[in-house]
Amino acid sequence: MWRIIHQFGSPKGFYDFSARLQPWFWAAAVLLLLTGSLWGLLYAPADYQQGDSFRIIYVHVPAALLAQSAFVGLAVAAVIFLVWKIKVADMAASVMAPFGAAMTFVALFSGAVWGVPTWGTWWVWDARLTSMLILLFLFFGIIALRGAFTHRDSGSRAASVLAIVGVINIPIIKYSVEWWNTLHQPATFSVTERPSMPAEMWMPLLLMVLGFYCFFIALTLMRTRNEILRRESNKRWVRELVRGQ
Amino acid sequence: MMAFDSVSSFLAMGGYAPYVWAAWGVTLALMVGAVLHARAERRWLLRDLHRRERRQANAAVGNNSNAS
Repeated sequence: MWRIIHQFGSPKGFYDFSARLQPWFWAAAVLLLLTGSLWGLLYAPADYQQGDSFRIIYVHVPAALLAQSAFVGLAVAAVIFLVWKIKVADMAASVMAPFGAAMTFVALFSGAVWGVPTWGTWWVWDARLTSMLILLFLFFGIIALRGAFTHRDSGSRAASVLAIVGVINIPIIKYSVEWWNTLHQPATFSVTERPSMPAEMWMPLLLMVLGFYCFFIALTLMRTRNEILRRESNKRWVRELVRGQ
Repeated sequence: MMAFDSVSSFLAMGGYAPYVWAAWGVTLALMVGAVLHARAERRWLLRDLHRRERRQANAAVGNNSNAS
């Protein structure tokens, strides 16, 4: 067990293993996103209240879920890096942050343009929206902090600490719609309850959510491999790899 | 059953075209952009690493010819 973790956690081990995983996640992401998009845009019935504007849900909900998961992933990677000194975890964290910020932006932006026809406003200082905005700033803070040090290791450690502290915002986002009286509606999906939407509406949403996650995993693998090449460029195995190509 | 009966009604999105297409457009742009960036990043890195290997190989050859 420890040997496997150690091997997967070594830059070379991760580089080789992720090369084999990557194509599967890309293929799954393309398949899920294409099917989900066509289904959601063309075949899902229009909402009886919101009409076709509800089709924004198919990008809004997956992006919002993924933004939060990316932050949790960042915090988990930070713990692995700080406790076990596994460098690959920090490299993965460094590539998760920008994409997490992008997904948070997508969630906020799609929510804003959805808010105009349904709520009559693109922004309210409601608990859900505000905590998502804080998430965006946390991502920015982590990215900036990482770059603010002359020594890469100091930047990595500072960014890791902020990621771990900032994870407190995630339950706040999740329960914001229950703790406070918000304009934002409660969760669309729940593990314990039956969805309140008809299947032809939530099935494409499920495909989109899974597609976004596969996309995130594939992109993280790809960019972590880039980061390994960058940081390990003086290692013998990287130089042999370059010469062999 | 398709929810729209023509391409134009699909594009019109029941009158919500600006909202729906803005949200989907920004999402698509960011995701495609992320993939293109990651691919370009890999190309740049490998090109730089190749260049360095070649430079060092040339330097080694240069040193040898000086010595002989």
